[in-house]
Amino acid sequence: MTNTTTPYAIELRDISKRFGAVQANKDICLQVPKGTIHGIIGENGAGKSTLMSIIYGFYEADSGHIEVDGEIVNIRNSQEAIKAGIGMVHQHFMLVENFTVLENVILGAEGGAVLRKGIHDARTELTRLAKEYSLDIDVDMVVEDLPVGLQQRVEILKALYRGARILILDEPTGVLTPQEADHLFRILYSLKEQGVTVLLITHKLREILASTDNVSVMRQGEMVAHRETAQTNKEELAELMVGKKVRLTVNKGDATPGDTLLSAKNVSQFDAQGVKRLKNVSLELRSGEILGIAGVSGNGQSELLNVLSGITEMSEGEIHFAGATINANSPKNASQMRDMKMAHVPEDRHKMGLVTGFEAYEAAVLGYHNSDVYNGKVFMHRKVMVDECKDRMAAWDVRPPNPHLKTANFSGGNQQKIVIAREVEQNPDVLLIGQPTRGVDIGAIENIHEQIVSLRDTGKAILLVSVELDEIMALSDRILVMFDGAVVGELDAKDANERVLGLMMANAYSDDEQGESA
Amino acid sequence: MSQAKVPVWVNLALIPLLNISLAFLISGLVIYAIGQDPFEAAGYMLYGAFGYNEGIGYTLYYATNFIFTGLAVSVAFKAGLFNIGGEGQAYIGGLGVGLVCLALDHTMPFYVIAPLAIIGAAVFGAAWAYIPAYLQAKRGSHIVITTIMFNFIASSLMVYLMVNWLKSPDSLSLNSRTFEENAWMPYLHSLLMPLGIDIGDSPLNGAFIWALLCCVGVWLLIWHTRWGYQLRTLGTNPTAAKYAGIDTSKVTIWVMMISGALAGFVGLNEIMGVNHSLLLNFAAGYGFAGIAVALMGRNHPFGILLAAILFGALYQGGAEVAFDMPEITPDIVVVIQGLVILFSGALEHMFKDRIEGFFIRRATAAQGK
Amino acid sequence: MKGVFLASVTALAMSASLVHAADDKPAVVYDQAGKFDKSFNEGVYNGVKKYTADTGQKIREFEPKNEAQVEQGLRRLAKRGYSPIVAVGYSMSAATEKVAKDFPNIHFSIIDSVIDLPNVQSIVFKEQEGSFLVGALAAMKTKTNTVGFIGAMDVPLIRKFSCGYKQGVKYIAPNDKVIVNMVGSTGAAFTDPTKGSELAKSQFSQGVDVVFAAAGGTGIGIYQAAADAGKYAIGVDSNQNYLHPGVMLTSMVKRVDQAAYNTYKTAAEGTWKPGLITLGLADNGVSWALDKYNEKQVTPEMVAKMKTIRADIISGKIQVHDYSKNGSCND
Repeated sequence: MTNTTTPYAIELRDISKRFGAVQANKDICLQVPKGTIHGIIGENGAGKSTLMSIIYGFYEADSGHIEVDGEIVNIRNSQEAIKAGIGMVHQHFMLVENFTVLENVILGAEGGAVLRKGIHDARTELTRLAKEYSLDIDVDMVVEDLPVGLQQRVEILKALYRGARILILDEPTGVLTPQEADHLFRILYSLKEQGVTVLLITHKLREILASTDNVSVMRQGEMVAHRETAQTNKEELAELMVGKKVRLTVNKGDATPGDTLLSAKNVSQFDAQGVKRLKNVSLELRSGEILGIAGVSGNGQSELLNVLSGITEMSEGEIHFAGATINANSPKNASQMRDMKMAHVPEDRHKMGLVTGFEAYEAAVLGYHNSDVYNGKVFMHRKVMVDECKDRMAAWDVRPPNPHLKTANFSGGNQQKIVIAREVEQNPDVLLIGQPTRGVDIGAIENIHEQIVSLRDTGKAILLVSVELDEIMALSDRILVMFDGAVVGELDAKDANERVLGLMMANAYSDDEQGESA
Repeated sequence: MSQAKVPVWVNLALIPLLNISLAFLISGLVIYAIGQDPFEAAGYMLYGAFGYNEGIGYTLYYATNFIFTGLAVSVAFKAGLFNIGGEGQAYIGGLGVGLVCLALDHTMPFYVIAPLAIIGAAVFGAAWAYIPAYLQAKRGSHIVITTIMFNFIASSLMVYLMVNWLKSPDSLSLNSRTFEENAWMPYLHSLLMPLGIDIGDSPLNGAFIWALLCCVGVWLLIWHTRWGYQLRTLGTNPTAAKYAGIDTSKVTIWVMMISGALAGFVGLNEIMGVNHSLLLNFAAGYGFAGIAVALMGRNHPFGILLAAILFGALYQGGAEVAFDMPEITPDIVVVIQGLVILFSGALEHMFKDRIEGFFIRRATAAQGK
Repeated sequence: MKGVFLASVTALAMSASLVHAADDKPAVVYDQAGKFDKSFNEGVYNGVKKYTADTGQKIREFEPKNEAQVEQGLRRLAKRGYSPIVAVGYSMSAATEKVAKDFPNIHFSIIDSVIDLPNVQSIVFKEQEGSFLVGALAAMKTKTNTVGFIGAMDVPLIRKFSCGYKQGVKYIAPNDKVIVNMVGSTGAAFTDPTKGSELAKSQFSQGVDVVFAAAGGTGIGIYQAAADAGKYAIGVDSNQNYLHPGVMLTSMVKRVDQAAYNTYKTAAEGTWKPGLITLGLADNGVSWALDKYNEKQVTPEMVAKMKTIRADIISGKIQVHDYSKNGSCND
């Protein structure tokens, strides 16, 4: 693949960057041939994002340099990156929601004080670009009316409009359905054919293998390996990322569901603006099973977890749990639900599951802080909390096993272990668990999945919310699919495959297709 | 990835010291610019604040007020609430103290009046904070706005009460009658005199000891009780607080009441300790200064104690400068105080990152060897 | 013991020397509005300035910036042997009383308040008489039969002004309306021109065409508002006619400058006496100002009428009720 006669589209030489005590990038070298798709993988905190930020001019490297087309470039801010022909599509889009596609694309590149001429020129250029790269889009649509997949196309157009010949995509499929992701990759291929170089950052091994020409692996701030994609496989890449052998499948036997422990009937919820976020959701959760909730992020899964766990009150419908009927008139708050033996591992551990400023032993009692175990008449038993935390850290292999370390200073996987340990060790009957492995290292994912399955096998009822289809399919016994706040499909895990789930997640599944696939 | 650490003393001593030095350097330039001798002024300032017993007494007397209001602001801040109403709560707290003293000074001995006055200050201050807290918790009215409004209401209420009810009838001035001596908070100099310790004649009184106890109390409350746990959770991560089933409106209300009670103790120092009668305007901006004290003390009770002493020194030293160098007008003194607050509060990160970086590099280099 | 004994001997010696030095180290403590408030404090400052110009005697000045510093400043002056010390304003009475008790050999003069101590001279003014006069002039001038009064804060001293003013208005025109507003409820009400201007505008919109400002430095905003709206304003304490010629109808002059001057003068001559000094129309302690800045606004008929009223008050033919007598504005 590599072509030694022409210079690389982009080449990094010995890039190093340090933040305080953390060496985020160390002597990074990277060569990306022109017109290829180059994947960069690595666990969270491996330094991928820092590296891309250096290329795009958000940070300046402490040492080393960048060459574009064989010439050394000095990129100190994003303007200079754009000038060097580098464009970036961020994980979280940087679009003005109530502007049209056209307005968004020319924002910051209006071309003179008189807008009219700029807009006219831009329209011509955009139409040309869209045709050339088969980025089919109506430039007069308002961005907030577009589905996520199309918003991402706007970001790509924006970069191309600014003359990008090197395009960096940071975790681009995180918010997409599998079908949208496929479409994205088709776009990337056509970009490649036109000579655009693509840098794809992701943690999804499957995507790397499916779409890239070459792949580079980062671990702990260093570039540990470069491979031609065709010559490698999932297992090798995973091992390179983690630094040890990893098992990627979950061993689990068949479920033996027992009694219904939790049921919801026609539960709806309106947010503060009066928008219906949950629409007549009904479900039953039995002991000894894992019920998976699939769906593209933002389709009511979070609201469902919040209502079930008592964090937000429902507006309509009712929940039956532990002999109690809970509805809008007789709500129960999160601590009452806990008392009834429901545990909840929230989707977002930073926003909800932990207080990152707390020491680990304090975060390890969040939600149970009023328990007699931890409290005297007036003062809390610090020693009891610390000792218990120490024990759990040993049992759950939390590293470093230091109860006094600030929660923020643990890695994602270890933070998640602190949260899961806290909830599971209370021996709940029902466990709600959201995005259990989001931002968790591959090595730790294995461990967390095993824990969830073994909890099921001890007769707990587990509700699993995840946007990772692999995870849903690997763990669930039964799957519900949510779209726009409603449950739009239910299937047995055995019947699930990526295509069916993907169509359901986009609410594009019909009986015809079911017939087709059957 | 090395985990080099910054020595503790860098954050606790070196950086504050640098900030304050810079503030004084620039103040010196200001004084020089108006044609005065900065060294003379600095001399008066330091001597006035710490140079002799009486000066220290005054410094600590001012510091007493700042401890109370600084603690008040920080307790609320720890729960994510910005209590701008310390001024009004201090004012009304003083009213509580005054009413207790006026009611009981003829009949009760000091040891009965003192605890009741403390309760009076706490109850009145807490009540004044309760209303904005309730409005925030149940109605969503922003606490910054309501507490500011309650400062104005407090001063209007005090004028009304003083003019129409509490003022002593035989004078034009707006004072209540002077309390009997058994309702006076004893001066520290008169307490220490029998022990042979002469600390000079200053308004420093028993309220200072109560302020120190409050520091310890607040520290215990915040870091060693479940209530403190809840308020810190609410303050650092409100979503996590909801997740944990913490009743956020309840916490909001009681935190504000504690905050108000602490601010109310200013009345103990001013009314019972110094003025020995109810009067107007004794809160004199201490409530507002409490915000700066809390910021500077990093919202930690012991940091607040130190910041309060620094503020007390600025007040006392500043008065001394204004007194002995009449060309340096009170406004210039305010400028100097403002600079100190600016550099040590608002601009704390100016040196912080660089200095920490320096020590981390050094530590890493040492590790490398 | 010996140390304590020695210390008290030195203290005695020092205080003994203070008695002799007592009255040639004059000092003044202004209130928080500061000595350049164009009004009450500035009046005192003018007296101080004139005394220094006349005698060459420097006067120690102190401008406290919060309540606590008032007492601290007084105490420090007293300790250093300054005497007499003039305390400017009723807000200093508590502090002055306390410090005066602790320093019986130092002479204090307090303006606008009464302290009954053997080393304190209390100087009060018959504000009601001066206010009565300017009230009468306001009533003669108004075309809308509505006049205004803006006081700094609702305290007895200001009520004394408003009560006299109202009586003056009613004396000329019993049916005229007097609209009364107060600026605020803290010491800041004496130094808040913005708020003063707001209140003045609101009064003008209610038909007021002459407004009397008894609000210290706040008055500046009130006069500006009157100038902008083409109405008349009446100044207070110092002669403020020069601030806005053509707008200032007159000023209710309170001769605090003279009071301060006399304090220093008598003290230097050894004739300073403690006790109560009340200054009214008869002593020229209060008066209404007529000069080149406002002579066009005041007709000769008005001047004549004012002279008569003044004479009648002095002779007792007109009885002006003093609010502070019974805490109410009704006889």
